[in-house]
Amino acid sequence: MTNQMVGIEINDLHLSFGETEVLTGVNLDIQPGEFFAFLGPSGSGKSTLLRSIAGFGPTPQGSIRIGGRDVVNLPPWKRNVGMVFQSYALWPHMSVRDNVGFGLKERKMPASEIAPKVDAALELVGLSHLADRMPNQLSGGQQQRIALARTVVVEPEVLLLDEPLSNLDASLRVQMRRELLALQRKLGLTTIFVTHDQEEANTTADRMAVLDKGVIQQIGTPQVLYDTPENLFVAEFLGTANILGGQVERDGGAKRFRTSAGDVLALNDGHEGAGSIVLRPQNMQIVDQAGADTLPGTILHREFMGSQVRYIVRTSGTEMIVDQFHHVGHDWRDTGSDVHLKVNTNEAVIVAS
Amino acid sequence: MSNASPHSNGGPSLLDRLPASILPRVSGLHAAALIIAILLIGLLIIPVLQVIYVAFLDPNTGALTLQNFVDFFRTSLFRESFWNSFYVSAMSVVFATVIALPLAYITTRFNFAGSVVIQSLGFIPLIMPPFVGAVAMQLIFGRNGTLNLLMEEKFGINIPFMEGLNGVILVQSIHYFPFILINLSTSLRNIDRSMEEAAQNLGSQGMRLFRRIVFPLAMPGYVAGAALVFIKVFDDLGTPLLLNVNNMLAPQAFLRISSIGISDPMGYVISFILVAFSIFSLWASFLVMRGKDYSTVQKGGGGLSRRDLRTGEKIAAYAVVAFILILVLSPHIGLTLLSFATIWSFAPLPDGFTLQNYVVMWENSKQFITNTVIYAGIAAVLDVIIGTAIAYIVIRTGIWGRKSLDYLATAALAVPGVVLGIGYLRVFHSIDIPFTDKPMASWWVIIALALMIRRLPYALRACTAALQQVSLALEEAAESLGATKGSTIRRIVIPLMSGGILAGFVTSFATAAVELSATIMLVSSESDAPLAYGIYLFMQTPSGRGAGAALGVVAVIIVGLGTFLSQLMIERDKKFKSTDQSH
Repeated sequence: MTNQMVGIEINDLHLSFGETEVLTGVNLDIQPGEFFAFLGPSGSGKSTLLRSIAGFGPTPQGSIRIGGRDVVNLPPWKRNVGMVFQSYALWPHMSVRDNVGFGLKERKMPASEIAPKVDAALELVGLSHLADRMPNQLSGGQQQRIALARTVVVEPEVLLLDEPLSNLDASLRVQMRRELLALQRKLGLTTIFVTHDQEEANTTADRMAVLDKGVIQQIGTPQVLYDTPENLFVAEFLGTANILGGQVERDGGAKRFRTSAGDVLALNDGHEGAGSIVLRPQNMQIVDQAGADTLPGTILHREFMGSQVRYIVRTSGTEMIVDQFHHVGHDWRDTGSDVHLKVNTNEAVIVAS
Repeated sequence: MSNASPHSNGGPSLLDRLPASILPRVSGLHAAALIIAILLIGLLIIPVLQVIYVAFLDPNTGALTLQNFVDFFRTSLFRESFWNSFYVSAMSVVFATVIALPLAYITTRFNFAGSVVIQSLGFIPLIMPPFVGAVAMQLIFGRNGTLNLLMEEKFGINIPFMEGLNGVILVQSIHYFPFILINLSTSLRNIDRSMEEAAQNLGSQGMRLFRRIVFPLAMPGYVAGAALVFIKVFDDLGTPLLLNVNNMLAPQAFLRISSIGISDPMGYVISFILVAFSIFSLWASFLVMRGKDYSTVQKGGGGLSRRDLRTGEKIAAYAVVAFILILVLSPHIGLTLLSFATIWSFAPLPDGFTLQNYVVMWENSKQFITNTVIYAGIAAVLDVIIGTAIAYIVIRTGIWGRKSLDYLATAALAVPGVVLGIGYLRVFHSIDIPFTDKPMASWWVIIALALMIRRLPYALRACTAALQQVSLALEEAAESLGATKGSTIRRIVIPLMSGGILAGFVTSFATAAVELSATIMLVSSESDAPLAYGIYLFMQTPSGRGAGAALGVVAVIIVGLGTFLSQLMIERDKKFKSTDQSH
């Protein structure tokens, strides 16, 4: 079950449902063998994009090349793209064996060749013993694996996973995403994974694309997207972000950020002009002394969370979340006290507002 | 539903202080369950068992025997009737399928503006009792009916649409195809789009995709509808009787009992066969559907994907729908024409139009209409009272054997009207009306009770659905504020169920008003006869047909209005509930 690995190139893809445009100018270059994630809120177009790669929904404009072949005008059954559905879509009137063998039978493979391939696929997902069950006798996690076996048994060129973990409970989800990744590495299949859960994307994907309103906002590794978001949407969608509006000014030879409320913070670099500064809760320390790299604030609220203490601090007219590690013997700050937030300027990101 | 609670407001009563072992405390709900059980056993189970028992009795010696069945199958008329009933039922299923299949397919697979028409096609036939339309169909499709006269003139051909069994098959398939349409459409709609997409993704398409995925998934709905059509046609008495087709089982049972008397064993043998077939068909369809809840629609996911029709396909689709619409409306059109006709015989259309039929009908049918309102009214009131009680007992209490009340009441669906009628004649023949020496079998109250049993499943379905929508928390809130069980039911549950109860009442009333098969057995004098029997009487003479049609129009209006009102109430109730609370 090893494949010639293929890449996926998408160029200037547009797609509309009637009057509403749901995908706008999508460009993507997915490498052979890559585990790629589409991440975005519901309605962002991520599932629509995945479905258009599989050939479902209205025909888009633009091109989708799989291994160099443009598939935009091919019907789903001629694309050799494997898709695992969010609902698993196991056919309730067929046994597990018949479900898994379905695609091979469609390819007119003789029964004598189908049986060993089905057995191997079930072996791969560790469910050989369930071959003669009906789908409604399986748990959610088992159904998920059968759906996966049914898809990989036909040796598709790429594997598409539409929110594959969303119907599983939390503990199973963590286990399944590890299994998915292990299987993908084993098969070397170029894989696209659609999810609205950043943790799922962060833990599995080699690279990912964040989508909003039918537009790709940013593409990169999970770490790059988290550390250097290119816009406010990406900054806020990935993790917790404190955002202060204002502008970048020249300060002699250096740069500084002036918040809308007039507070000033030294910067390493940044384009001059209006912008927003993105500060993660763990990138600030609460200190008593003001300095060039601090912002003044007042503690409004304190929550003890075990490994850390979370403070809500009003700074420059905005409520900021600041997390401090908790150590035995450290004094906590009282609510109402005036403090300064020391910002590690290496970690502060300026985005266009 | 009155419910005497052991906890009265004035502190512990004498009853409360007695140890439970001396006087077992029976709540009002237990008492209600018991009364309902006795009613169902007395009015449904005993009469049916009695009929079956008599089928195995030697009429002379009273000993158990199979001789009656031997005699039955030795008589060529009965053998013929048996095969005719079977043939007519099977062919009705075939033709009903031919009508329903394209309609179900068009509505579920394509974006088709005519879908609204198709939806109304699904209930237009059901608002007319089949026997009412039978005579009108004769005038349109019969040997000397509109269609054949026109065809003879133009092409010189005459097609025997209505000859003998053909007529029964045509009338029944036009009347009962909605059962297949509704069930098949529902199961097609319940197939999730991903079922089909997963198959396409694995390389399947076209007819293979339909044969391997869509068709098997829709099968359970089709079987359910087809089994229902088979049973309904197999059991129906009115349509063959009105079309003067007597060599079928139900008419034979009726004729034997009404002409030879209630001691003739053949009526009972036929009844046994009718019941056995009903149960067998239900059981077979149950076997086919067991473990096959194929409803796969996901939350937020759509049913099968629909595509737009090309121009040619659109024209074809409209042509099919228009053809079926005309076919389905033909009994209604024929009946309306007949009711306004002066003379309509050997002519494509009536010779002239008049209101005279309605005058004659009104002068002669006041008694029929009054009787109908009384019988159907009593039946429907009892139905919703018993239906509400059973629903509450089954859903909300842990009373022992509560499920069997539900099963007992629903079992009435499997009992043909003829059989229930014969059973009542037999059982109540030997019991006198209270304070008189006349047998109960000839008492009009028996007709109302028979209708009550026949329509109870409908009312029960409506009441159960209504109660399921009432959140248990609403009851618990009332109880925590000090309301007793009885007062909670009275002040919270029943008001919240009112929409469903009313809908159940209207459905039961409207369908009981046009019931013929049980009533025709039980009517002992014309003065006790309801509307359906009146139509039957009118239609017996050519001169009475106009007035009979007029009375038929009244029947259609009653059922149509009833259906409309009950839909209205269900819709209004839904809206009220959705604004009220989402649970």
